Amino acid sequence: MDFSYPPRAEDFRTEVRQFLAEHVTPAVLEEQHSGTVHSWELHQKMAAKGWLNGAVPEELGGGGRDALEMSVLIEELQLFRAPIDAMGVVIALASIILELGNDFLKDEVVPKLLRGESLGSFGYSEPESGSDVAAAQTKAVRDGDEWVINGTKMWTTMAHEADYVILLTRTNADVPKHKGLTFFIVPFDTPGIEIQPVWTMGYERSNATFYDDVRLDDKWRLGDVDGGWAVMKTALKFERGIAGGQFFSAPLIEDTIAHARRHRRPDGSLLIDDPVVRERLVRAMIDLEVCRVFAQRVAYGAAVGAPFGVEGSMTKLFASETFKKHSNWFIDILGVEGLLRHGEPDAPMGGFIEESFRHAPVTTIYGGTSEINRNMVAEGHLGLPRAR
Amino acid sequence: MRLELTEDEETVREVFAGFFAQESSIEVVRASEPVGFDLGLWTKLAQTGAPGMAVSEAAGGGGATLADLAVVATEAGRRLAPVPLVEHAVATRLVAAAAPADSSLGSLIAGDQVGILALAPAVDGVARLVPGGSAANVVVGLDGDDLVIVAGEPPAGPANTGHAALADRDLRAEGRRVIGGASHYARARAEWQALTASALVGLGHQALDIGVEYVMQRQQFDVPVGSFQAVQHGLATASVDMEGAEYLAHKAVWALASGHADADNMASMAFLFAAESAQAAAAASLQYHGGYGYSDEYDIQLYFRRAKSMTLVHGDPGLEIRSLADRLLGPVGTGASA
Ligand SMILES: Cc1cc2nc3c(=O)[nH]c(=O)nc-3n(C[C@H](O)[C@H](O)[C@H](O)COP(=O)(O)OP(=O)(O)OC[C@H]3O[C@@H](n4cnc5c(N)ncnc54)[C@H](O)[C@@H]3O)c2cc1C
Repeated sequence: MDFSYPPRAEDFRTEVRQFLAEHVTPAVLEEQHSGTVHSWELHQKMAAKGWLNGAVPEELGGGGRDALEMSVLIEELQLFRAPIDAMGVVIALASIILELGNDFLKDEVVPKLLRGESLGSFGYSEPESGSDVAAAQTKAVRDGDEWVINGTKMWTTMAHEADYVILLTRTNADVPKHKGLTFFIVPFDTPGIEIQPVWTMGYERSNATFYDDVRLDDKWRLGDVDGGWAVMKTALKFERGIAGGQFFSAPLIEDTIAHARRHRRPDGSLLIDDPVVRERLVRAMIDLEVCRVFAQRVAYGAAVGAPFGVEGSMTKLFASETFKKHSNWFIDILGVEGLLRHGEPDAPMGGFIEESFRHAPVTTIYGGTSEINRNMVAEGHLGLPRAR
Repeated sequence: MRLELTEDEETVREVFAGFFAQESSIEVVRASEPVGFDLGLWTKLAQTGAPGMAVSEAAGGGGATLADLAVVATEAGRRLAPVPLVEHAVATRLVAAAAPADSSLGSLIAGDQVGILALAPAVDGVARLVPGGSAANVVVGLDGDDLVIVAGEPPAGPANTGHAALADRDLRAEGRRVIGGASHYARARAEWQALTASALVGLGHQALDIGVEYVMQRQQFDVPVGSFQAVQHGLATASVDMEGAEYLAHKAVWALASGHADADNMASMAFLFAAESAQAAAAASLQYHGGYGYSDEYDIQLYFRRAKSMTLVHGDPGLEIRSLADRLLGPVGTGASA
């Protein structure tokens, strides 16, 4: 095997690093403390670079950065701690519309997304359905050339900043649940939509969104009527392909090492000399290397056009579970000061490790829980039957 | 970048998968207990050319790559082959690199003699409990600053947990030759780590395959136990770790072969991760066998024991973590300045 990146990707890495060193400023990093893991300033600079567009596959009209280059971009963004949740949604949403959308959606929505003018959001989860996403109850009823939408979505992250939501609705209640789903792209300025914040124990804000007799022309439909499950599969493919999260532990390890080099135990010994601290750091660094080969394998698979398998699930599962473990170890290393939050002058490493500790638990929940991913590995990789 | 086996490697894999499935059957493995060496298997393995395959053709070897060798190690690990293949291959490459004129090289390449690497430096001239020590005629090891090679009849070894063919070896025995120094030795140890990681990958995958097969056939509450989610998730978690271990082992081999600056650390990481993952995979598989897993009759207990012994022949893994910490973080006492 050969784990080296082709020169094109290495050159791109250099370019990305230079750009990020300049533009991921303390002010940009500070912005995510608003609860929105997004920076308009950084987002638009990246759009101007052609990198949002670049991420869209060439055959779909995008700028055709190959999968390895994109993986390099996503990796470096994470190593620089850039707030990229919204960017991931934009790229995935544009790719989905380009693959499955009608001409109206392609012309109306995609350019705004890729120019960095508009953000999107995912409207899959509901108060009563999460893992069982196909159980969505938000109703869409046809009325002439229009649809009337009623229901509630939970966890519509970015809705308060976004112009669009890709909305999963039920259009047929009389068939098995997977067969009665239809997707729409819904502009948030359509009358009848209400957005309410949902605050979390981590730093990010999400939203509950309410749809009350929302009327939408049929041109906003994405994919076939009752054909929503096929759209969902495409959506998940792009979401897993582009979403970050493989390198969450990298900045955490970096900060813990920096802290441990400067701080002492009550007995005067440096933290970095403590065997318990050293073992945890080394174990985390090994886990991170494993995350790296997993991420590289997913990117390589995409680059050679291999059919999407369970690698995405494996990567997400391993990276999020180890991140949760590491954040737990490393806050312990800080002792009582580890409890001090961002903004407190005495907070070690500006409170980043404390923040990671509060953030980590969601990474094994959103985007497919660890349990759901283990189901997928058990069935898709080990060939075990559907679980009881 | 290429994260698949090459066609050549795939051929090697198929050939040796077949070889070990046939020749290192579970009966052979069981018969080699409690010491852990089967001379008949070794002789057949020598006929395939495996012992000297990864020595250059110029030096009289098979001219195969380290990656080819890793593929063979994986297949040997999958079948718990009771032969010190990795130890021999690494020692032979070491002799070829450090002392190509040494009289032992030809017979090591041919596999006429079993050679091994003592994984820890000798104490008072004696290398303690060397893996393969009760099988090998030739031992390469570090005595002080000297890399030495000694030949001699292998002593009978003690019974051990699983197939390690352990024995103490005297590195100051008559006729010993100094063939190099500590840097040769460090390289050989890194190769041992990467190749043992590969062997553990084969072991761990097979332990899971055995587990999956068992839970699909064993029925309780009128259904296969493999349909219970608790069982599925335990196996799934172990299989994800094994998948990570597999690619990290490949990366370590690639790093060593391509002269990557970080190759030694990569080998060390691959070894530690594969060791833990393979032990966990075998343990999970054993657990989901229920009581039968604990019985001598079922094979999974062999995998459980062998996973531990393949790790412990290198010493307490904690020591390797400590050594890795020194390399990655700087030695204790230098932290503030690094
Ligand atoms: C901060 C945040 C942001 C989010 N952003 C978005 C977003 O932008 N858009 C969006 O649509 N959604 C979003 N989500 C929702 C997220 O995708 C869901 O929370 C997730 O899919 C789990 O669904 P749930 O919360 O309903 O939990 P449930 O599905 O109710 O699960 C509860 C528990 O049961 C387990 N469980 C469920 N089914 C099984 C099973 N078959 N086998 C074993 N265990 C099972 C789960 O693993 C979990 O531990 C977000 C969530 C959070 C917390």
